[in-house]
Amino acid sequence: MSEHTTLSDLEAAMDNTFATDAQQASVDVVEPGMVAAVETLSMQQALNRALAEVLDENPKALVLGEDVGLLGGVFRITDGLQKQFGEDRVFDTPLAESGILGMSVGLAMAGYHPIPEVQFDGFAYPAINQIVCQVGRMNYRSRGTMPMPITLRVPSFGGIRAPEHHGESLESLFAHVPGLKVVSPSSPNEAYHLLKHAATRPDPVIFMEPKSRYWQKGPVDTSADGYSPEGSRVVREGKHLTLVAWGAMVARCLQVAELAAEDGIDVEVLDLRWLKPIDAEGLAASVAKTRRAVVVHEAPLTSGLGAEVAALITERCFGTLRAPVERVTGFDVPYPSGDLEDEYVPNIDRILFGIQRVLEYRRG
Amino acid sequence: MSDTLALDPSAQSDLSAEDLKELYRLMVAVRHLDESAIRWQRQGLIPGYAPELGQEAAQVGSGYALDMARDFVFPTYREMGVARTVGVDMVEYMSTHKASWHGGLYDPQATRFAPIQAVVAGSVLHAVGWAHGQTLSGTPAGELGVAITYFGDGASSQGDVHEAMNFAAVMKAPVVFFIQNNGFAISVPTERQVAGGSVAARAAGYAMPSLQVDGNDVVAVRQATAAALAHARSGNGPAIVEAMTYRRGPHSTSDDPGRYRTLAEERADGGEDPLARMRSRLLVEGIAGEDFFAEALEAAQAEEERIRNGVAALGSRPGTEMFDFVYQEPTHALKAQARAWREESEHV
Repeated sequence: MSEHTTLSDLEAAMDNTFATDAQQASVDVVEPGMVAAVETLSMQQALNRALAEVLDENPKALVLGEDVGLLGGVFRITDGLQKQFGEDRVFDTPLAESGILGMSVGLAMAGYHPIPEVQFDGFAYPAINQIVCQVGRMNYRSRGTMPMPITLRVPSFGGIRAPEHHGESLESLFAHVPGLKVVSPSSPNEAYHLLKHAATRPDPVIFMEPKSRYWQKGPVDTSADGYSPEGSRVVREGKHLTLVAWGAMVARCLQVAELAAEDGIDVEVLDLRWLKPIDAEGLAASVAKTRRAVVVHEAPLTSGLGAEVAALITERCFGTLRAPVERVTGFDVPYPSGDLEDEYVPNIDRILFGIQRVLEYRRG
Repeated sequence: MSDTLALDPSAQSDLSAEDLKELYRLMVAVRHLDESAIRWQRQGLIPGYAPELGQEAAQVGSGYALDMARDFVFPTYREMGVARTVGVDMVEYMSTHKASWHGGLYDPQATRFAPIQAVVAGSVLHAVGWAHGQTLSGTPAGELGVAITYFGDGASSQGDVHEAMNFAAVMKAPVVFFIQNNGFAISVPTERQVAGGSVAARAAGYAMPSLQVDGNDVVAVRQATAAALAHARSGNGPAIVEAMTYRRGPHSTSDDPGRYRTLAEERADGGEDPLARMRSRLLVEGIAGEDFFAEALEAAQAEEERIRNGVAALGSRPGTEMFDFVYQEPTHALKAQARAWREESEHV
């Protein structure tokens, strides 16, 4: 298929290829370059392993939050850690997120490395004042004398039929705040390595865990050999267009790429990983090659991170782009109830339509 | 009610005559610098200032009780008197009002005085976290470093204050919540701000001890704060001290108190001037005479002149500092912005 081929039969193809949730969930993220899958772990297990190793290696590391102790967290990410490391290192707080973050700031001022958990994405809202005005600014305010090595774990994004404000995507809110860094893993291997990396940095990192992927297993190479935690990564090479995604949308985009390949469309999938700082050079390298891009995210469209991605691509690839950058995203509505979740979160249909639009685009 | 719920200021060691004189000297220095700072603003030396006129006893008395070898202060933006008492360099402190740097130019770790905090009640939770860190450090009870967090009657309305008090009490964190109830949150009086009229009264709900103290009596404030510090230092958990005082000046150099209170009300509600009160005590007890008061004022004037010259000599911070302290490990994007700023603004 040439780059100019239109997708006249794409819609018909899509009717036959729309996968069920179960099928989507079974797709594991490909791990390019991994020599040997040392272990097969779920993302939950990989995160748990990473936390245990961080606590073991850094006596100043602390895990705190709601139900993270005896219960092991509502998603069991901290399972067994209190038993292993004691109640001083892994402790339950009262149910107040501003308190959790404000206390973490004070602990960091006293030389600790807090790893707080906010139980669900929407529970970060009560802590926004501390996150924006304190976590993000104390290093600046103190002229670098009070670093904030806080790794805030936030089970994020939708897809689990949860109650209100348990399915939100806050990356663009966090990414807009000076002083914060934001990252989201897409696979167990990424979760393991990125959490270990984030939790040993001297700056605050918002660690957005795709909760719908907690229970998917994948190969985890616990040796750090050859692993780079920096920047984005190409998880599938292709030449016709680049799908840019993060978190749970990476697996979905890989599935879309497989379906598109049946129609001769060669899709590259870029896992952005870092939502702040965004790997502009990695984005540019991919899109310079494919000359078309579709960015996919769960958050609402307007002022979503897709706008930033589109701007970065346009700044760097304007001369070679064959079509405007497409955004396939959630809508400018509150995250809906479970019954409507699949209508809101970008699904395979909508991503394929986005692909069709960039491939069929003609300059007027 | 257990013993740990009682604070007994009278159990604190009596202050020596030299201590009493030092408290007076400090209050005079703070009063003179505070009044001068308003003039600095009118003269155009600094763009703004938040005076603490009338709160000298609350600030000097509480600061004087601290053990700065192990305690840590979490101020708001109106704690100049505390900063002066615990030895923060006052040029570096006043630089925040010169608009040099939001948090002040002093080193908050070295001075054990957290950066100046403009967010109302923003640092109250930080004190709890820092204090819990002392517990985790394995320091034995009796020797714990204590976090003292300053805030006002207005800030006490913030939810973070409740969260901080509850967290501290649940975790038995060595924190002293020091409230300066100065009667006003800008224009809104305490009776429209604090249900029940007292922040200290909330302590019962958290099962922690509290003292409400005459905030215009520097010795009473010192004794109450020392009792609260001793309680926290011994591993008994947090305590509240509420110093009842009066903000005799405006909220800031941009404020106009005439819109919400009259001079007659100020005179009636202001209570006794903390400095006049201490002066009377020193005279009545035969500790000091007119020579001492004159010397204290001269010293304060000389100090203010030194600070004023230091503040006047503060140049603007280099523009690169906008970028330098955002991260410990700056991002490529931020470095690119810094480069672009330099190229377009400094033509380098």
